[in-house]
Amino acid sequence: MKSYDIVIVGGGPAGLAAAVSAKENGIDSILVLERDKELGGILNQCIHNGFGLHTFKEELTGPEYAGRFIEKTEALGIECMLHTMVMDISKDKVVTAMNSEEGLFEIQAKAIILAMGCRERPRGALNIPGYRPAGIFTAGTAQRLVNMEGYLPGREVVILGSGDIGLIMARRMTLEGAKVKVVAELMPYSGGLKRNIVQCLDDYGIPLKLSHTVVDIDGKDRLKGVTLAQVDDRGKPVGGTEEYIPCDTLLLSVGLIPENELSRGLDLEMECMTNGPVVNESLETSMEGVFACGNVLHVHDLVDFVSKEAAMAGKSAVRYIKGETINAKEHRIDLIPEEGVRYTVPKYIRPENMDDVLTVRFRVGAVVKNCFISTYFDDKCVMKRKRPIVAPGEMEEVKILKSKLAEYPDTKKITIKIEKE
Amino acid sequence: MDKRELVCIRCPLGCMLSVQMEGDKVVSVSGNTCPRGKEYAENEVTNPMRMVTSTVKVSGGDRGTVSCKTKTDVPKEKIFDVVRGLKEVVAEAPVKIGDVLVEDIAGTGVKVVATANVLIK
Repeated sequence: MKSYDIVIVGGGPAGLAAAVSAKENGIDSILVLERDKELGGILNQCIHNGFGLHTFKEELTGPEYAGRFIEKTEALGIECMLHTMVMDISKDKVVTAMNSEEGLFEIQAKAIILAMGCRERPRGALNIPGYRPAGIFTAGTAQRLVNMEGYLPGREVVILGSGDIGLIMARRMTLEGAKVKVVAELMPYSGGLKRNIVQCLDDYGIPLKLSHTVVDIDGKDRLKGVTLAQVDDRGKPVGGTEEYIPCDTLLLSVGLIPENELSRGLDLEMECMTNGPVVNESLETSMEGVFACGNVLHVHDLVDFVSKEAAMAGKSAVRYIKGETINAKEHRIDLIPEEGVRYTVPKYIRPENMDDVLTVRFRVGAVVKNCFISTYFDDKCVMKRKRPIVAPGEMEEVKILKSKLAEYPDTKKITIKIEKE
Repeated sequence: MDKRELVCIRCPLGCMLSVQMEGDKVVSVSGNTCPRGKEYAENEVTNPMRMVTSTVKVSGGDRGTVSCKTKTDVPKEKIFDVVRGLKEVVAEAPVKIGDVLVEDIAGTGVKVVATANVLIK
């Protein structure tokens, strides 16, 4: 059996940044396993600009951003296997994978970094009544068809869900000659970034109907139209508000789900709010030496944050292999999300293993204007940051300083909450 | 005095900007957290610009299309002219990130460059 110090599952932005970081922190024996025919993951189909402002201080497109990390990976001589699907990871860190050249094979790893990314929520998860005609796609599938395969999936389009991919595809389909009639969003706010609402909908006069959903699908072989209706504050359709919209294509942009089959196979402790594994300050899962980063851990809106998080996972994996991790199970500080904060990554901190600055990322549950993001060490408020607005579509963060935590050595829990003025 | 509300898109922060106008002239900008926000608001109400990203055909490559972008922003009203102009373009493989595919797209004076690599088939 082949063996490597670090095996990374997934060659997208998270996997590549983790690999680069692990190498730069002094480990040479690294293998990246990628199921697609090329590295870069979903960035390859995200041909729009807006990537890399934080990381490279310039605005890149998805393939360019991926290109930077692919070049780095190659320059550092990191081994990558393409066309290779990981089937299973065992508790003693044997990775079972397969490809068409070597068949089924096993690799022994000392540490594993999970970077499998996420999948789109499909129609089947939505309970929309009606037939199952052709013409219903997830937004990401349409994105791949248009941007990589050179096909236009339809001419008259309705988009359900205002996630970023849906917004981006509203513009993309418009530029390619399709008519995007409306974007319907179940929630009273958009789940996408503001810049995407401005640049992808407002610029092209595409209406965004908040608190609306698709209640019926018309058409047997090919989609003929959809019925939209307004929903009440519990998400139930309001009678009498139905509106029939003829269209041949329905795109779904209704959420992303971390792809954690391998994590579940490993019996990792999972966090129900993120659908990702529970991790500590080192981004280590409930199994020692198994780390997670990127969209498999929690769904991000900016790839720059994925790269930073993944670099942290790479560094942590190196520390683990070099035996530098201090295993202090008894000294653990839980991070508690409260009052508007839905979850935090990480979920707990072992202060001995913390960097000087620890970035805690989280999402809020609703739009709140003029508020504070407050951090409490037990009952003591140690940090208050003013925010003009927080929204569920935009990931937030707080930075916890090791030096600050050292001032409160008896801290049992750290609470993060959204407070009004 | 006119007031225009817009969302800054210069960075992911998305500041809510409020621009006071007198005729075509910007009197003041508020709501921005950085100088780029002020600059964005001034440009957006007088001369809005956008980067355009799309794909063009490739001949002889390991794939049929390659993604591309305008090297700098172009006037917003030129977006559809740019996209129409790209319909006619066929790039020759191999293509590398940054290769110039069009010297001057739709009379904007702006280059179109490739944003992905295509190998020879």
